[in-house]
Amino acid sequence: MAYDKFEILKSTAVPLPIENVDTDQIIPARFLKATERKGFGDNLFRDWRFNPDNTPKEHFVFNNPIYKGKILVGGRNFGSGSSREHAAWAVYDYGFRCVVSSFFADIFRGNCLNIGVLPVQVSAAFLDKIFKAVEANPACEIEIDLPKQTITILESGDQESFEINAYKKDNMINGFDDIDYLTDMRDEIKAFAETRPF
Amino acid sequence: MSTTLFDKVWDSHVVRSVKDGPDVLFIDRHLIHEVTSPVAFLGLKSRNNSVLFPEKTFATADHNTPTINQHLPVEDPLSANQLKALEENSAEWGISHWGLGHQQNGIVHVVGPEYGITLPGATIVCGDSHTSTHGAFGAIAFGIGTSEVEMVLSSQCIMQPKPKKMRINVNGTLGFGVTPKDVALFIISKLTTSGATGYFVEYAGDVFKNMTMEGRMTVCNLSIEMGARGGMIAPDEQTFEYIKGRQFTPKGADWDKAMDYWKTLFTDEDAVFDQELSFNASEIEPMITYGTNPGMGTGISQNIPKAEEVEGDVETYKKSLEYMGFSEEETMIGKPVDYVFIGSCTNGRIEDFRAFASIVKGRKKADNITAWLVPGSHIVEAKIKEEGLLDIFTEAGFVLREPGCSACLAMNDDKVPAGKVAVSTSNRNFEGRQGPNSKTMLASPLVAAATAVTGVVTDPRTLLL
Repeated sequence: MAYDKFEILKSTAVPLPIENVDTDQIIPARFLKATERKGFGDNLFRDWRFNPDNTPKEHFVFNNPIYKGKILVGGRNFGSGSSREHAAWAVYDYGFRCVVSSFFADIFRGNCLNIGVLPVQVSAAFLDKIFKAVEANPACEIEIDLPKQTITILESGDQESFEINAYKKDNMINGFDDIDYLTDMRDEIKAFAETRPF
Repeated sequence: MSTTLFDKVWDSHVVRSVKDGPDVLFIDRHLIHEVTSPVAFLGLKSRNNSVLFPEKTFATADHNTPTINQHLPVEDPLSANQLKALEENSAEWGISHWGLGHQQNGIVHVVGPEYGITLPGATIVCGDSHTSTHGAFGAIAFGIGTSEVEMVLSSQCIMQPKPKKMRINVNGTLGFGVTPKDVALFIISKLTTSGATGYFVEYAGDVFKNMTMEGRMTVCNLSIEMGARGGMIAPDEQTFEYIKGRQFTPKGADWDKAMDYWKTLFTDEDAVFDQELSFNASEIEPMITYGTNPGMGTGISQNIPKAEEVEGDVETYKKSLEYMGFSEEETMIGKPVDYVFIGSCTNGRIEDFRAFASIVKGRKKADNITAWLVPGSHIVEAKIKEEGLLDIFTEAGFVLREPGCSACLAMNDDKVPAGKVAVSTSNRNFEGRQGPNSKTMLASPLVAAATAVTGVVTDPRTLLL
């Protein structure tokens, strides 16, 4: 098993209503020097969370103890820029299992799915509802039901369904990944390679 | 049936299509570097997998290497450890490795084409989003995450849903002082950083037909900055001329066979794209960015747009300008600058340095400017010396550094200090990209050169006259 199985997640959420959050903000390049996948959560949003002297930036949502949970809710076009999977690792390592946005950058979305973080894309209107609900009551819980492909704001009952392809959904529910799938295909791939011109 | 260039290359690499899922895509060439590969090799080991085709993977160190005194041991222990990991992993699995000090070392997307690793009709991936560069040769090339690096090592395949297709046509003739970088920044400013997300782009029209291979690489390189997975240009005589005779290019009968295939690589006349956009070359002037993503760019003679003129969230826009210390409606020309960087996989090739030299020749670097001139490879470095460009740079007060990614992502010591402003030929102006709290304006080598000699943002056309 590549990562923990994902079925139903019920949690409070951390809101980050900023658009175009790029992976350089999620994890700045200077923290990519490790050769093991360890400790990236400490540097998640490093320069938004901490001052240069490493004191916490008071106004950043991560430093406000009333906001916590396993769901990160970001503005449109979340995860743009660099392909660094370290960004998804940092999100996971910090304790998030799900990122909700109205639009994801391709590579970040793929990286999340490959490591067991569920990207949930909702409509702009629903995203707004989540931001408003969490702002009004930070203890408000959100439920992500992967088998049913629904996201619900439990307080109001507002619900929306989300897309995920059947293969990836099955992987997430069972904790499988693409590497497991491809390893089983090695003979077929070797035969295919013979047909390539270069 | 009429098909696109993209379909032709993609479909011929599909080993299997998963029902309601992705395609299993065969990868012809895999490039790796020190930053995004170590965890992939660890994963390989923990699953007891081996590298399936070591001869299809190529390693070079570039992201985290010093650009001075490369003959000395790397001082930062974490960086040294990462370089050592790349060397050891490559040796263990029989992967060719061009480490620091190796004559073929350089930026992965510069050396790939230089040595003929990049070929038309190939699928090329690398744990780096600017892998899109190689699309200039009619390859399907895109960046991947570390899990996918592990997939390619162990199975030579990745699993990807097939992207939608977009064609971007630019016809007409580019104006004076307008470079491939300006064409790309112009397109991104029109599409925004997410305008092509979910798409693979084909660039077509006079402008790309008439563009040099290096110019095409600059344009394809920046495809990711509008959200596209990659961008490609149909190979033509110029492409074949460029790759012929390079170290890893097919030779003899293999070349003839490959040519037969490569000549089929074009979009059929009535093929349909999911989206098609057209621009006229005359609309484009030298570009510069004013915000904190590459979509926030404008013609250099223009003013910073008002929040309401721009697509997207007003608060995000204002936060971005505040970070830069700019205001709506300000003019870009004349803005004070502290640093100038020319280099990176976007603009670190010989034509970029020739362009830079064309402006600094006979002039002097402005006293307030710290300039970093970083070639993309040793071949570029050697050409700079052979062609006399180094003499021009030295005369003008510039110093040439050694190859690497350098200040593009500032993983090494080439960091723009907090609060300082850089005009950079690289690809990203995200907050802190070139060093914590540094500010970046992206531009062409001509704009960078004009700025380097005047000390403020300068329209290169005023110096080229």
